Amino acid sequence: MASAPTTPAAKLAAGTGDFFDTRIGAGKLVKEFARKVFPDHWSFMLGEIALYSFIVLLLTGTFLAVFFVPSMTEVHYPEDALPVTMRGVEMSEAFASTLHLSFHVRGGLLMRQIHHWAALLFMASIVTHMMRIFFTGAFRKPRELNWVVGFTLMILGLLAGFTGYSLPDDVLSGNGLRIADGVAKGIPIIGSYVSFLLFGGEFPGTVIIPRLFTAHILLVPGLILALVAVHLILVVVHKHTQYPGPGRTNRNVVGYPLFPVYMAKAGGFFFVVFGVLAIMGATLSINSIWNYGPYDPSPVSAGAQPDWYMLFLEGALRLMPGQTEFVTWGGYTVSLNILVPGVVVPGILFTSLAVYPFLEQWASGDKREHHLLDRPRNVPTRTGVGVAILTAFIILALAGSNDIIATHFHLSINEITWVFRVLFLVGPFIAFMVTKRMCLALQRRDRELVLHGYETGRVVRFASGEYIEVHQPLTDAERWVLVQHEPARPLEIGSAENERGVARPGYKKLQRRQKVSNFFFADRVEPVTPAELAHAHDSHGASAVEGADDHASLARPERESLEAGSGAQH
Amino acid sequence: MVKALAGARRSRFAPVLLMLLALLAVGGVYAIAAPTPAAADTSSPDQIAEGQKLFQANCASCHGMSAEGRDGIAPSLIGVGSAAVHFQVSTGRMPMAASAPQAPAKPPQFTAAQTKALAAWVATLGPGPSSPTAEQVDASLGDAANGMLVFRTNCAMCHNAIGAGGALSQGKFAPSLFHTTPQQIYEAMLTGPQSMPVFNDANITPEAKRDVIAFLMEQRADNASPGGANLGAIGPVSEGMWVWIVGMGALIAAAVWIGAKSS
Repeated sequence: MASAPTTPAAKLAAGTGDFFDTRIGAGKLVKEFARKVFPDHWSFMLGEIALYSFIVLLLTGTFLAVFFVPSMTEVHYPEDALPVTMRGVEMSEAFASTLHLSFHVRGGLLMRQIHHWAALLFMASIVTHMMRIFFTGAFRKPRELNWVVGFTLMILGLLAGFTGYSLPDDVLSGNGLRIADGVAKGIPIIGSYVSFLLFGGEFPGTVIIPRLFTAHILLVPGLILALVAVHLILVVVHKHTQYPGPGRTNRNVVGYPLFPVYMAKAGGFFFVVFGVLAIMGATLSINSIWNYGPYDPSPVSAGAQPDWYMLFLEGALRLMPGQTEFVTWGGYTVSLNILVPGVVVPGILFTSLAVYPFLEQWASGDKREHHLLDRPRNVPTRTGVGVAILTAFIILALAGSNDIIATHFHLSINEITWVFRVLFLVGPFIAFMVTKRMCLALQRRDRELVLHGYETGRVVRFASGEYIEVHQPLTDAERWVLVQHEPARPLEIGSAENERGVARPGYKKLQRRQKVSNFFFADRVEPVTPAELAHAHDSHGASAVEGADDHASLARPERESLEAGSGAQH
Repeated sequence: MVKALAGARRSRFAPVLLMLLALLAVGGVYAIAAPTPAAADTSSPDQIAEGQKLFQANCASCHGMSAEGRDGIAPSLIGVGSAAVHFQVSTGRMPMAASAPQAPAKPPQFTAAQTKALAAWVATLGPGPSSPTAEQVDASLGDAANGMLVFRTNCAMCHNAIGAGGALSQGKFAPSLFHTTPQQIYEAMLTGPQSMPVFNDANITPEAKRDVIAFLMEQRADNASPGGANLGAIGPVSEGMWVWIVGMGALIAAAVWIGAKSS
């Protein structure tokens, strides 16, 4: 402290600051974090939605845990309690306590509904955030591991959702548990042991609710909290990515400091998220368990579905033909009708997501760090793959809703199912090809824009009788965004033999790698080079007398910026 | 006297007489023991005559002049009873407007009195289940909690947990029960229209049927959806749709606003 504080308030602040600084190094922390720069873009806030809905989940979940009784002891619901349709009905304590906290605890139903909406929003924002990361290539070096952390968080989110959905012990969630039990039993050899291990005996048993409770309020959220910490620390370590633009490079971050701008923005956004969830919880009913009644293994109602993020599994089960179950020699049943949709399909979907960053890096051979994001159109194959995975996911989710689609659109459920069966097999390929072609076409449009500028619609006639349309050139900033990227090219692997004519070891492996690389990067549109731009302008200058002055005045700076840009890229 | 009786025993008319007496006894016991169709007896001859006229003008083209039915077109209505007629006509399912996987409900074509007349005439063709009494369908006398248990064991797999409706095979469907009257609900259980199984009084007792009605009426009470808008009461699919539209929609809009302000 160079100059002593004068007012009492300043003295108090200085004293407090000094206390923490000398004990936990607060000054350094504040200096480090308060000046951290974050770039501005709406899509950078999708992960925040997930974080904030998780905080809301912790807050409301704590409230619910105070009143919820995780027990499968059979009780009779009191005759004088609400709702009317449950009076005197035999049920588990878990179900009874959920009814009690919904109808007889002040604010209980609101808390339950906010909690459930927040869970749905948590998964929705995770998926949307993941899409943003995927399509902009934010998973590239050095962030591959953080992608894996995020992927694990998504899986944990699914687990948290599924365990929570099952806790009230109503018919609907019991149906879901029964499917989980069926999938476990479908695993060859160890299936029935797995099922007995999970349920402590034959389904449903009397221990699954307490076990799910432990997983739901301790194990899974604990893991999520720990991984969220890792996820965020890695964001700080790597610094935030940014979209390409003038002045933005792989070596800087252009944006606003955490304090005060992002403290206000992010802090305010928390309240927006909480507010939206509170409004949804207050006005839209969700999971009205008294509609389904307490769990009983016999009834299944029409329209029995899991929450949306598990709907793809339900859809896979509904699409799979039942004839694929058979009995082998020795009398063992192989349930491919459950194994394929319950284990293989999600396995492929999830594994391809988890390993994608490593696969793409292997195919491109690009080991450089990337802090500038890709525009999705500039990486057509990746964008196509992403859309294909999403298409498969969406088709499965729709197939999981086939009965709802049938009743609401007056269609035949059998026909819907057949359409989805075909779509699931061909849809992702069509989506891939269409998306890839659209990306290439958009890149060509970008090239056109850079070379010729915007069409103004102003047609000019020259003295010679020639008509031309005047094109308005792009500004330097606009042009920079369209030409800054460097497309990945397929790997060059050289010849099969070395200079002495001897076959190179490992060449076969290299050839396979090149094949993958070709799949990813063979089709591409190169961005406009400075030479091409100069050439385009020269040929214009010859005829476009009207625009010649504009062009001449802009030609120099943009060429300089392009050169500087290409220099910075390497 | 005894001799005369012994002689009559060998009379050639004796077996016929005995058979008649036996039939009379069985019929008499049945008439006393069998449940009497409560509403059937209230129909007057005028009503029956009107019903026949209405039937011949509106239904006979498919079902035949005396409701005997026509192969591959329409079933015989002899013995279906007044409950079936009242259900089909009062929900607008009959007369059918066009061929479809199943007859859809539509605004009824006949007034309540005409429907009653039609039912009365068809009931005269042969004995069948008759429409329930007002007491049998009075939801306030039923036990909604027991109705819930009966409903979810027998009805929910097609009609959804609280009767929002559900899909059946090949374009058929179990309709929503949110606007069906108590009498129609009772008649549907009793007669099993279209794809629906018959739930006779041995399957579900009349009291249990009334409990089901009480459970379904509970879904229409003012406080039936204490959590707010019920989103169609079809469960997690519509909830998932709304979290994307309302939740993600509003928050992405907010993010665009926050992200755009300073740039």
